Amino acid sequence: MTTPVSTSAHTSPSKQVLRQALNHRGVLFGAFVVFAIIFIAIFAPMLAPHDPYEQILSRKLIPPVWFDSPKTTWDHILGTDHLGRDYLSRLIYGARISLMIGFSAMLISGVIGTTLGVCAGYFGGRVDNVINFVITTRLSMPVVLVALAVVSLMGSSLTVVIWVLGLLIWDRFAVVMRSATQQVRGLDFVASAEALGSTTRRILFVEVLPNILNHFIVIATLEMAHAILLEAALSFLGLGVQPPDPSWGLMISEAKGLMFFDGWLIAIPGTALFLLILAINLLGDGIRDVTAPENRN
Amino acid sequence: MIAFFIKRLVTALLVVLTVSAMTFSMTFLTGDPAIAVAGENATQADIVRIREYYGYDRPIPVQFMSWLGRAAQGDFGQSLYLNQPVSIEIFARLKTTMTLGLSALIFALVLAIPLGVVAAIRPNSLLDRFALTVAVVGQAMPSFWFALTMMLWFGINWRILPVSGTDTWAHFVMPSIALGYFITPGVMRLTRAGMLEVLRSDYIRTARAKGASGFSILFKHALRNAIIPVVSLAAVQFGFMLGGSIVIETIFAVNGLGFLAWESIQRADLPMMQAIVLVLSVFYIMLTFLADVLNAWLDPRIRIS
Amino acid sequence: MADPVLSIRNLTVGLPVKLDRKNAVTGISFDVRPREILCVVGESGSGKSITSLATMGLLSPGLKVTSGSIDFDGRDVLKLSNKERNAMRGDQMAMIFQEPMTALNPAYTVGAQIEEVFRIHRNLSAADRRAEVMRLLEEVRLPDPKRLYDAFPHQLSGGQRQRIMIAMALALDPKLLIADEPTTALDVTTQAQILVLLKQLNERHDAGIMFITHDFGVVAEIADRVVVMRHGEIVEQGTADEVLNNPQHPYTRALIDAVPRPMTEETTPEANENPVVIDVQGLNKTFTTSTGMFKPSRTVTAVNNVSFQVKRGETLGIVGESGSGKTTLVRCLMRLIEPDSGAINISGVDFAAKSRSELRSHRKDIQIVFQDPYGSLNPRRTIGSQLIQGAINFGIPRKEAWDRVYKLLDIVRMPHDSVNRFPSQFSGGQRQRLCIARALVVQPKVLIADEAVSALDVSIQREVLHLLNDIRDRLGLTVIFITHDLRVAAQICNEVLVMQYGSVVERGGVSQIFNAPSHDYTKALLSAQPGQNWDMPVFDEGDTLAKI
Repeated sequence: MTTPVSTSAHTSPSKQVLRQALNHRGVLFGAFVVFAIIFIAIFAPMLAPHDPYEQILSRKLIPPVWFDSPKTTWDHILGTDHLGRDYLSRLIYGARISLMIGFSAMLISGVIGTTLGVCAGYFGGRVDNVINFVITTRLSMPVVLVALAVVSLMGSSLTVVIWVLGLLIWDRFAVVMRSATQQVRGLDFVASAEALGSTTRRILFVEVLPNILNHFIVIATLEMAHAILLEAALSFLGLGVQPPDPSWGLMISEAKGLMFFDGWLIAIPGTALFLLILAINLLGDGIRDVTAPENRN
Repeated sequence: MIAFFIKRLVTALLVVLTVSAMTFSMTFLTGDPAIAVAGENATQADIVRIREYYGYDRPIPVQFMSWLGRAAQGDFGQSLYLNQPVSIEIFARLKTTMTLGLSALIFALVLAIPLGVVAAIRPNSLLDRFALTVAVVGQAMPSFWFALTMMLWFGINWRILPVSGTDTWAHFVMPSIALGYFITPGVMRLTRAGMLEVLRSDYIRTARAKGASGFSILFKHALRNAIIPVVSLAAVQFGFMLGGSIVIETIFAVNGLGFLAWESIQRADLPMMQAIVLVLSVFYIMLTFLADVLNAWLDPRIRIS
Repeated sequence: MADPVLSIRNLTVGLPVKLDRKNAVTGISFDVRPREILCVVGESGSGKSITSLATMGLLSPGLKVTSGSIDFDGRDVLKLSNKERNAMRGDQMAMIFQEPMTALNPAYTVGAQIEEVFRIHRNLSAADRRAEVMRLLEEVRLPDPKRLYDAFPHQLSGGQRQRIMIAMALALDPKLLIADEPTTALDVTTQAQILVLLKQLNERHDAGIMFITHDFGVVAEIADRVVVMRHGEIVEQGTADEVLNNPQHPYTRALIDAVPRPMTEETTPEANENPVVIDVQGLNKTFTTSTGMFKPSRTVTAVNNVSFQVKRGETLGIVGESGSGKTTLVRCLMRLIEPDSGAINISGVDFAAKSRSELRSHRKDIQIVFQDPYGSLNPRRTIGSQLIQGAINFGIPRKEAWDRVYKLLDIVRMPHDSVNRFPSQFSGGQRQRLCIARALVVQPKVLIADEAVSALDVSIQREVLHLLNDIRDRLGLTVIFITHDLRVAAQICNEVLVMQYGSVVERGGVSQIFNAPSHDYTKALLSAQPGQNWDMPVFDEGDTLAKI
């Protein structure tokens, strides 16, 4: 079969990928939303109209401005919660918590999972067997339950939540990086590098890692989304972020009792959560599409 | 073949052992378990008594062995809160969780597999895009939020379905959907990807060259091969689902294992927590083992070698 | 002359946009007559497979017939409905594919898969169908049909699977049989058997056979008539005798010129007084297969007590079919895998005895070029950084290393600006040149070429072989040339080792191996070479091939 030879001389593979990414709707939408939320999180103090912790009980449960109610006010665009705190401000500060937990947990799990996966895939044999066993063991433990139990035993704080999640969700990194490494390891340019006297470390960092980086980015986005969802679930069950800190999961949890009367209380943080996860996932799927079209599914 | 299963079984047992050790070590996560058990108002004498009563004064390996030995016989000790053996409560609740898990699994498979097949037949068609949207949206929706939203519409606003409890099958409808939709995207994507790959394969071309009809190619030749990895995934996801049912059971007050776990966490009932984690882990290990057996049976390349 | 069973007129198949050419096939016309074997020959990208798939109606969705007609048995198959085409396929028109390993459905027994043809097209009782399958299994010379009936594809060898495919194709006595490179994926001895089988079947059945191949040896073996294709067009067609012995078109002549030809004249190798560079003694390697967790572990002796020496400036060919252990042998020589026992002396250093870390400083003495031009360059690094890496690893100063790289690019005839590019911007042949340059940058004493030209078209194969010869003479290299193709070995080697099941069965000078083989296996290999009775004409237009 003919292999279409790229006509664009002198462009590196990464530049080609970037060009394709800028033509991919999923990537564009995902990147736009994710960067918007990151922007909001960074500049929260400037963007939030109110102090997210300030309780004004006389102004509690004001509905958002689009509701047909005499209580609505443009001072609280998204209304106030049961303690009279500005909902928009809490939402804005909540983005900080979601992103921080998602990113930190992803980083921890990424380092653990990639190290394990790359070692297993590159060295094979006994190393592979042992790491495989560790992965199987980890997979057999129910994540939500173990996270809840450990957080409840150790006491809940942001740090504990981040570490517990990071230490729990590295499995997908390990599994994917392992098989990606195996694939690259079998290619002849790795054998060539070995024959040319490259050290193992050099082979791992120069020959193997750049070729599995695209897998890492895809899994990193998925796991970040996963961590954010788990944090929200933990907070929802009262064992994640503790009041009065604003977390989207906690906001839903706090509004649970009132949702039959004021459904918007859960609709607003839920939509924010949904949008963030959707955007991250679309970004990840898009990156997979443009970096490895053959893996598209 | 038999050698493989023995090897696989030994690995499974080793995993169970490791998981037991990790579960057991939860006892020491807070430092001295005797203080935790004794509660806030206990005197020093109480703590010493509790330490001796529960055997916390023995060396840790001895404690582990005796805990493991009893757990193997189904004795997970006494609940700190309910004042009865942990195992009795667990087995009472297991049935509910299994019912929920199985109906959620069936819901997910019935939705995901046909959708995946249809999407693969015409990639990039309207139907494919619809299926992909279902997958993307499903993956992004927090399950507890989805559950609450369903509850609000179907339970409160329209009053079609009961919002809590486990009295009739109708009580299981919303929890099953809420639990099952979360695994739908994964199963759908794998079915679609598997079908696409198989449909591109040489042996499908052979079948077409033989003059086989489209229907026969799709179901007899393609799906038969594409479904094999889906079986494994479904088993794994079923295991994850049982572990994740804690959120859904709590929301819908489904009186199952997940709800019990949540109650126990609230009450700091450590023996109960440990037992539930262990039971769910062992169940997952059994599931993956069964999935391997099923896989070997479905794939002649493994079955006959 | 009988009416043609297939007649293709002005067929044009369009390619999807954005490719380097507009059509996969442009305005071709030819006939296939009953009882004849028509060979369609061409290099990769010539459109020969597309033609056969268009005839069967199996083109992949991106490809569309834009004009022309394909008349089969009086009807234009391009105008048939799906239903009519299904009724015709497998019944009056059948096809065999290139990859026997993947062409059968892994989930069903081969018996059931042959039977399916009867199920689809005939209304037979179960017992009759089974009897028909047994008859077919016997007709394609498969041993023990009863047992084979219930076998799954993965239990059979490539040759056996291809026989199953042939049985399936012949099941209903089709009028047209299309064979798309049916022997390319097979070993040469298996290929010979399949070709014999096809010739015999051709005598017993009335079918016209359209045989797609890239190998002029195979053409000489079986063709009645030949169509030569290039870039989607027919450049020449005629009887086998006309095309093979008196080709008119320069492209055909160049192609025939590039076919590696066996050495016939008796040459006595000049006595070489150079020192021995590589001396291998009693090398052994056994594998315990436990990779498929499902299979009981088995020990396979991949390399069995292999010894040889090569002198400076010589080329040793190691020839064997798949599974002969030749690739394991070279990987052991490179210490990419660990040999179990034996000594590998390269200018006084025993490679087998060194620890892996001690070995690193000696690795520059022996280098390798692999078969797959697409897997042997890192897609994410520039050519320059890959070429210079080896020199840097051995402590050569950067400036000197770049000098070496540019000098080597001249030697392998690649432009200097290649260093800034990425592998995806080069063709297979160019990549092999770059791989040769990469291996030479550390100034090795021994260069191993592991099937280094097997993945290339004959024309490019010829250039790379010339290049290897040239480099050996210029740099005083010692070359170990691994190949499955005796004809290729004959072109470049001084001496040849023939391997079978991990052992060396015969060793000798090229003319001795070719003219007076002593071992049965060598004789079998030689007699399996396709096109032996064809006295290849010489045109000496090979070097023009790349240009036209």
